[in-house]
Amino acid sequence: MGSNMAENHPVGFQWVMEARERGAKVIHVDPRFTRTSAMATKWVGLRAGTDIAFLGGIVNYILQNELYFEEYVKSYTNAPVIIDEAYTDTEDADGLFSGWDPKQGQYDVTTWSYEGMETHGSAGQREEGFSPKGEQSGHGGHGGGLSHGEPPSEDPELTHPRCVFQILKRHYARYTPEFVAETCGVAVDDFLYVCEALAQNSGRERTSAFCYAVGWTQHTMGVQTIRSAAIIQQLLGNIGRPGGGIMALRGHASIQGSTDIPTLYNILPGYLPMPHTEEYGDFDNYVEANVAPTGWWGNFREYWASLMCAYFGPHATEENEWLFEHLPRIDDDNSVYWTLEQMLEGNVKGYIIAGENPAVGNANGKANRLGLAKLDWLVVRDIVEIESASFWYDSPEIESGELKTDEIATEVFFLPAASHTEKDGSFTNTQRMLQWHYKAVEPKGDCRSELWFYFHLGRKIKSMLEESEDERDKLVNLLNWDYPVHGQIDEPSADAILKEISGYRTETRAPLSSYKELKADGTTACGCWIYSGVYQDGINQAARKKPHWEQATHVAPEWAWAWPANRRIIYNRASADPDGKPWSERKKYVWWNGEKWEGIDTPDFDETKPPDYVPPDDAKGPDAIAGDHPFIMQSDGRSWLFVPQGLEDGPLPTHYEPHESPFENALYSQRANPRRQQHKDAWWDPYNPVADEEGADRFPHVLTTYRLTEHHTAGGMTRSIPYLAELQPQMFCEVSPELAEQEGLEHGGWATIFTTRAAIEARVLVTRRIPPVTVQGRLVHQIGLPYHWGVRLLTSGDSANDLLHAALDPNVHIMETKGLTCGIRPGRRPRGKALQRFLDELRSYATEERLEPEEARKT
Amino acid sequence: MSAVMQPTGEPAGFDAWGDDQHARVGFFTDTSVCIGCKACEVACKEWNLIPQDGQEWTGHSYDNTGELSANSWRHVAFVEQEKPLHANGDGTTGLRWLMESDVCKHCTHAGCLDVCPTGSLFRTEFGTVVVQEDICNGCGYCVPACPFGVIDKRHLPAPDALPAFLGTKEDGRVWKCTLCYDRLKGGHEPACAKACPTKSIQFGPLDELRQRADERLAKLQEQSWNGAQLYGRDPDDGVGGFGAFFLLLDDPEVYGLPPDPVVPTAKLPEMWRNMATAAAALLVGIAGVVALGGRK
Repeated sequence: MGSNMAENHPVGFQWVMEARERGAKVIHVDPRFTRTSAMATKWVGLRAGTDIAFLGGIVNYILQNELYFEEYVKSYTNAPVIIDEAYTDTEDADGLFSGWDPKQGQYDVTTWSYEGMETHGSAGQREEGFSPKGEQSGHGGHGGGLSHGEPPSEDPELTHPRCVFQILKRHYARYTPEFVAETCGVAVDDFLYVCEALAQNSGRERTSAFCYAVGWTQHTMGVQTIRSAAIIQQLLGNIGRPGGGIMALRGHASIQGSTDIPTLYNILPGYLPMPHTEEYGDFDNYVEANVAPTGWWGNFREYWASLMCAYFGPHATEENEWLFEHLPRIDDDNSVYWTLEQMLEGNVKGYIIAGENPAVGNANGKANRLGLAKLDWLVVRDIVEIESASFWYDSPEIESGELKTDEIATEVFFLPAASHTEKDGSFTNTQRMLQWHYKAVEPKGDCRSELWFYFHLGRKIKSMLEESEDERDKLVNLLNWDYPVHGQIDEPSADAILKEISGYRTETRAPLSSYKELKADGTTACGCWIYSGVYQDGINQAARKKPHWEQATHVAPEWAWAWPANRRIIYNRASADPDGKPWSERKKYVWWNGEKWEGIDTPDFDETKPPDYVPPDDAKGPDAIAGDHPFIMQSDGRSWLFVPQGLEDGPLPTHYEPHESPFENALYSQRANPRRQQHKDAWWDPYNPVADEEGADRFPHVLTTYRLTEHHTAGGMTRSIPYLAELQPQMFCEVSPELAEQEGLEHGGWATIFTTRAAIEARVLVTRRIPPVTVQGRLVHQIGLPYHWGVRLLTSGDSANDLLHAALDPNVHIMETKGLTCGIRPGRRPRGKALQRFLDELRSYATEERLEPEEARKT
Repeated sequence: MSAVMQPTGEPAGFDAWGDDQHARVGFFTDTSVCIGCKACEVACKEWNLIPQDGQEWTGHSYDNTGELSANSWRHVAFVEQEKPLHANGDGTTGLRWLMESDVCKHCTHAGCLDVCPTGSLFRTEFGTVVVQEDICNGCGYCVPACPFGVIDKRHLPAPDALPAFLGTKEDGRVWKCTLCYDRLKGGHEPACAKACPTKSIQFGPLDELRQRADERLAKLQEQSWNGAQLYGRDPDDGVGGFGAFFLLLDDPEVYGLPPDPVVPTAKLPEMWRNMATAAAALLVGIAGVVALGGRK
């Protein structure tokens, strides 16, 4: 669900095919019948943006029919925990949880706590009332700050009306098969097929897995969609077990790596939170806010200190609190779309784009290009000149006259980049696996790798600031920048950097074996605690290439290296029962042998902690987790069905309509996610009228965007290659025969698709693979657009993402590309002044101020 | 020539290798596991340095390659149908999307090989059929001789838009799949088979592949797969069986393949006999006329 694995992970998909050959049922739930659906046992076509309704329906089905794995739920999840009596559910307040402040537009999460406890995030935020903005609230699986790891109030029989289990039942009671059918536009039988298949294939003897991708995440309720799957998998006992779990299919060969060693503004390597100007006054305050009294985040200080030692060498000491007071801070939600806003207001001087193409790939393409035109300077590093580098002379805004080349003051530096075959390095894939790759050829001409660029840039900046007395330059001078270089172009050693990431003893440079060896006293340095051990014993573990047929078990741990500690399935203690015995012989994975934990994978548990271990009252950190609680990153060692703290928009997922949709919410007056980020009154981000609002009939269709196998993301890497360009040589839209007839679209002809943001054109592909669906009693059409095209390169065309709005998920600031509304008409799009007139007319319907019905209600 | 006169059921020219003959190899393309990724098309082009084949959107589902040609030696066909995957209807969807990686069949009785006047086309020691580009004179006889429309003359677009190595001056010789003859000589499998992620394209000794295919078909029939059938596996078919054969999920016509391909030269012995009969009759007739005329 929420993914198209055969399309986008064709090589990884071979294992799904293997499973199918061995009798596994492959179910694909997606608005479109895709290349994955073609291989599936069953395809269910649902309305784009209604995944929470569908998944919630499955939760309800499991609960009502008592199909949950009872012992697992009782022992390993927080189902028995009793919640604060002030908590009220969306069912009680017409779509809002308790604690909603309409003025601030956010939740005070106090009432979501465990009864008798002020739960704290394990790392990332510790706030009374309002949580800080940004991803810090959610990263790394944070649990409540609980003493000796046990919540104070529980009902092991799951009958207390305020225990999580009963709250769950009430919350999902209205997600009946009929509700699912009406909201998602699916047949009741098809929905029940999925429920039955999952339920029958879960339990002691069997496990089921979910695979998802941006079909779930790129929504204004994206995080809650994944949470829905997490609830299902916890109820069915599928987490931490072989063949179970929830696999995130990532959209790029190393995007997992780029959050682990982050390119995100608010986290540091290993998901340590960036310090914030307001919340963390001094180092002790910062540690206090992030260290968990229990669980593995209890060693926060050790992870932090070791990172600072890697960054600053001997300059970072315990005495100077690891240079904490000198570190830069974030002061806001400094994410991509916030930055875009700043760019449009002229507040951003310079911007470096490396291996990304925001002019095509970001939501609301025009706003992005206008933003680039406001910069003083722009650096673009890529293997071809992409749209983000050429916007100043060939963007759609140049064509329409909105931008004029000689009026754009941005100084653009296009620096050619080396490709992956021209450099050493690693990819971290969707399975948390680091795989090393070696340089095959030298880069041509001026092409350089990222390592080369950032290393030499840093080197030059350091030497320029050497003499500076300015306080803000101090840290740059203290940076440990001593990496070996080799070859004709002085390429820094990727190997040396991996060693630093893995960690070493500062005195001897001896490599560390795991994050357990990290200390907060300056004797260890480690660039990323979760990666610690990738260079164990001085061997590049990520470079191991022993094929699985030469290894002892199917786990094949000697191929590459997965974090943490080469564990292939995390939380795998859950594959054994509370006594440490596998749930079944068939599904055995790790077990307690009387003296220690062992298995076919590295046990994700203290090796010598017996299953009957009860933590003493004063236990701290990992020692505070009991022997029968597998979820060791959480402070209570349980998996969370109900999330008391860490999310912006609710402890439980709730069906909300997408930000733009043709329908009211069938359950509540609260139509869409109340906490979603909107750019209200932003001239650059107008919104289509929705549901019954005036003008909504100009945008009556559901629009969804997606990828094709033949192209990669915003097209820089594929639209420039003849062999790939010729496989999908033109931008097209997918419409059903019914929609084509209704709107007068001709197969092979042209269509113009439009929203209040933009109008684009595409060739028409009429197909039965994107059928209309019947929702709340009426037929609604869906339109599909691949998003790879931009104005230049061998195959060029209009960009689908120009149509998108920039309303975002509040937890992670991710845009909603997968479900919005649009209109369509035959023929090529208007150009020049005619385009402006066309859009002006559409925008006359735009809703700038999103007045939700509930703001007119009396509370 | 004698092999042409009497189709023997053995690949023509194969035995000529004597001791250098390898076990005959080929492809079994199992379309029931093809995900339509086109890695085969790209790997083939990259290995064989084949020019790009035109940036033309066809609107024909996801197939913008269209057909096998001089510049496309693997072609993935896409057929959208309102038919379930399984005939027993249990829990399945009413739509299916057939995907098939088409390729030169390397026929046992290869029409192209039979008619080539220069000896450019020949049977390799692996039992495959290959064009020697330095001998081919572009006469084009082989083009209509192929029952499948595989082999074709290369026509390059004007070179101005292309980088140098793609735009070299080629002169309309014929080109087709070599079953990566150079890779076979190095002990490797063809590029397409190597690239295929789901083992839809399987390479190996033809005997082994035929056996595997029979087992695969039996399994699919047991599972009530709609329309599962082997195409080109039978050594008694009109081309003596394909060296590269297929498991299809519908009749060949659905994929744009000829349902009953026959090598055009199969009729040649009969045609020669007919011609001999006609020539003999003509001679008798002439003789008769001369004799009668001579009586005056």
